[in-house]
Amino acid sequence: MTIEPLEQLVQSFEIAGQDFSRAGEVSSKIRRILQQIGAPVETIRRTSVATYEAEMNVVIHAQSGRIDLSADRCAIQITVSDVGPGIVDLDLAMQPGYSTASEEVREMGFGAGMGLSNMARCADDLSIDSVVGQGTTVKMQFRTNG
Amino acid sequence: MLLADIVKLLTATSVSSVANLDQHIENAGASDLMSDVLALTKPESVLLTGLCTPQVVRTAEMVDLKAIVFVRNKWPDAVTVKLADEMGLPLFSSPFPLYEACGLLYQAGLPGLLDRRDPNDHWLSVAAQDGRRSVQRTTGNSRGSL
Ligand SMILES: Nc1ncnc2c1ncn2[C@@H]1O[C@H](COP(=O)(O)OP(=O)(O)OP(=O)(O)O)[C@@H](O)[C@H]1O
Ligand SMILES: [Mg+2]
Repeated sequence: MTIEPLEQLVQSFEIAGQDFSRAGEVSSKIRRILQQIGAPVETIRRTSVATYEAEMNVVIHAQSGRIDLSADRCAIQITVSDVGPGIVDLDLAMQPGYSTASEEVREMGFGAGMGLSNMARCADDLSIDSVVGQGTTVKMQFRTNG
Repeated sequence: MLLADIVKLLTATSVSSVANLDQHIENAGASDLMSDVLALTKPESVLLTGLCTPQVVRTAEMVDLKAIVFVRNKWPDAVTVKLADEMGLPLFSSPFPLYEACGLLYQAGLPGLLDRRDPNDHWLSVAAQDGRRSVQRTTGNSRGSL
């Protein structure tokens, strides 16, 4: 098998925390980039869902953040890092149904406590680093070969 | 089932500038929880919801929903409609309450998001798997089917 040389795509995006009117814009941009580079439909779908959940978590739970995208022929890497409260108990936070979201957030259809488990299911690899009082970094990898 | 049939059964009115009534719809789902929509939606689906925010449209984008029907005559604001128009997503508004709207479509033969013949396709088992997996901080996991 020959592997063709491929440019590595690298791009970064800022997320404004607490700005619900623009929440999801970055995930939407990333989705369009993945479509343009011809990533498989199923991979785009998984990446979009997990990236959107992570972006919403920054908007809902943190002050500000960014998403770094890198992609090559084999895999898509999404790193979502924020400045925010951090996660005190990661095991608890990962449990489906656990949420500290406000009533206001719930009225917008979020705060079911499903986001982190959705991300874990969509990504081929997920790791979370969180420092209480500083922020959270979620790294996800999506392989393009299914 | 065609989108046109759904619109007729629900006596729905078109809200957005695109309608795409001749599209084939394979499944429908109903929820006001966006993380549930993100977790459970299958391709070629239509969503019935009582939630009328731009986030519903963003969520639809991430999971390739074919259309959204707002129930109980709910009507999204201009920002939400504009977003849907930009991405070519048809929006409709139906006078029926959520339960009745679902019943009408189900009775007419439109399947939901669960496949009861597949024991792994029930969302309870999906949630249970997520719960078990989530005790690890770093997960490299096999995916459940959406
Ligand atoms: N970036 C973050 N910063 C601080 N806390 C977070 C962050 N992400 C998640 N959490 C914490 O983990 C909990 C669970 O997150 P998860 O995404 O699973 O659910 P949710 O955001 O509350 O609801 P949903 O994702 O269903 O809308 C959150 O309620 C919050 O307490
Ligand atoms: Mg969340």
